[in-house]
Amino acid sequence: MAELDTGMTTGATRPRPISPHLQIYRPMLTMVMSIVHRITGAALYFGMLLLAWWLIAAATGPNAYANVEWFMGSLIGQLILFGYTWALLHHMLGGIRHLIWDTIHGFEPAEREMLTLATLIGSIALTLILWVVGYLVMGGPR
Amino acid sequence: MSDAQPMRTPLRQIRGLGSARSGTSHFWHQRLTSVAGVPLTIGLLLIITALLGRSHAAVVQILGSPIVAIVMLLFIINTAYHMWIGMQEIILDYVHEAKWKFLALMANTFFVFGVSLASIYAILKLSFGV
Repeated sequence: MAELDTGMTTGATRPRPISPHLQIYRPMLTMVMSIVHRITGAALYFGMLLLAWWLIAAATGPNAYANVEWFMGSLIGQLILFGYTWALLHHMLGGIRHLIWDTIHGFEPAEREMLTLATLIGSIALTLILWVVGYLVMGGPR
Repeated sequence: MSDAQPMRTPLRQIRGLGSARSGTSHFWHQRLTSVAGVPLTIGLLLIITALLGRSHAAVVQILGSPIVAIVMLLFIINTAYHMWIGMQEIILDYVHEAKWKFLALMANTFFVFGVSLASIYAILKLSFGV
């Protein structure tokens, strides 16, 4: 058990008060989604390399572009792109949720649970819709 | 109780500062870029979906057309600033030792400038076709 600092000790070396970290709390949906928001953000950060690679290849020429198409069309590439799509949509919907919270709305227990669940379900649904459209309507990557 | 050290830091020590020495401006800029990021992300997804399965020549032509190129440029510039602030926030949360903190902050800046300027250059080259 962590020692409680009651502030009764004296002297200049008394440690500053700190807040407890994650492992002390029981996981809740809002908390898990907050962590996922940060993880998807970090993943998208490095995912920008893929966008840059794709654009540079398109600007370089047909051969370079064929390499990107080959990678994106491979099983690994498809898995990365699928995860990237979900991470992007989840981070976007999570961001909208945070913007709603920034206006001091949606903080009631039922409301915040509903908003958080909507983020999760919405991101999965939109990802699936986008990929179904991508494959059925546009013919998928080639 | 009266001799307890006050928990509140004197305001003058923190005004305009914070771990990154820039106060709350990043907090506001992160909201600004997130609002802009919503329509731009939708635009990016629409563009990529529309380009699926197309030949290189068609992709080059579409990416270089003004509306598409402008949306792509706005997305990249907006995202670059958003992800720079976001990664800085993550670094400041987890990297506390001064040396590693500033190395990580530098790496963040280099990464964001490198990736975004490369993307911007590619779109400009596609647009102007030189």
